[in-house]
Amino acid sequence: MAAEGAHEDHGPIAQFKINKIYDLNLFGYDVSFTNSSLFMVLALAVILAFLLFASRDRSMVPSRLQSMAELVYEFIAKMVKDNLGPEGMKYFPWVFSIFIFILVLNLLGMIPGGFTVTSHIIVTFAFAAMVWLVATGIGFAKHGLGYLKLFVPEGVPLLLLPLIVVIELISYFIRPISHSVRLFANMMAGHTMLKVFAGFAVMLPWWGKIAPAGFMVAFTGLELVVAILQAFIFTVLTCIYLNDAVNMHH
Amino acid sequence: MDAQAAKFIGAGLACFALIGAGIGIGNIFGNYLSGALRNPSAAPGQFTNLLIGFALAEATGLFGLLVALLILFG
Repeated sequence: MAAEGAHEDHGPIAQFKINKIYDLNLFGYDVSFTNSSLFMVLALAVILAFLLFASRDRSMVPSRLQSMAELVYEFIAKMVKDNLGPEGMKYFPWVFSIFIFILVLNLLGMIPGGFTVTSHIIVTFAFAAMVWLVATGIGFAKHGLGYLKLFVPEGVPLLLLPLIVVIELISYFIRPISHSVRLFANMMAGHTMLKVFAGFAVMLPWWGKIAPAGFMVAFTGLELVVAILQAFIFTVLTCIYLNDAVNMHH
Repeated sequence: MDAQAAKFIGAGLACFALIGAGIGIGNIFGNYLSGALRNPSAAPGQFTNLLIGFALAEATGLFGLLVALLILFG
């Protein structure tokens, strides 16, 4: 985005601007500490504090905080078990980390004035590319070259096979893109829409502010749901891709 | 036509992809609801599939939105 003057600082897109907090150069690469990095560190701190405090005194009758942590844990544990089978539980820590990190990043972005890390495609693409590479790696490590059978579904007429293989290949390689774009576009579109309606509320005279302000309240609730839902969907799809690699039956 | 105007029109046209996403998401939730009303006991077990279908249907529309954003800001 080119800088178009002062008015851009108040546009609906301005909230996604990355500002450098601390300049840092490493081997010729710009690795400055930005507001994006700040919110990632913040998310890490929130997760650590939540999980450490929740599991501080592990009692049989859980406290409120502990039962919250147990709820999240069991939710993901069930998802992994349902999708990957019992032997898939060794991938649980990784899946759980992905879920809770994206969830907290999304929720931190909902704080007014906050920065939504997941509204940048490069961040979500890094997540999705990691998932894709790990799943592909596991697939080849577990099944060797037999993993390529994933692209040759059984029971397909020989005549159709070349076409099907090409389609399967394309759909496999487009996975990281659709995986990342889904999260990114949802977060970005939601936050942009919130900002646009907030702009209406500011611009209207006092008797007109009520409608967009009320809409904002309802829409903030919806955005909270979307933040949780998108973290969930990202994790479910991670499980499904892992399942393709681990168990290989369509 | 002014290049800037053509850009905006193109971005608006790219957003038409969201029509399909809307139809798809409506289809999924509508069918889930009609199925759930016929057999409520089977509904919770299909909730994950519902969300996966929702996500997959939404993705295609979001590709169009992405094209619009690329046209506007890319």
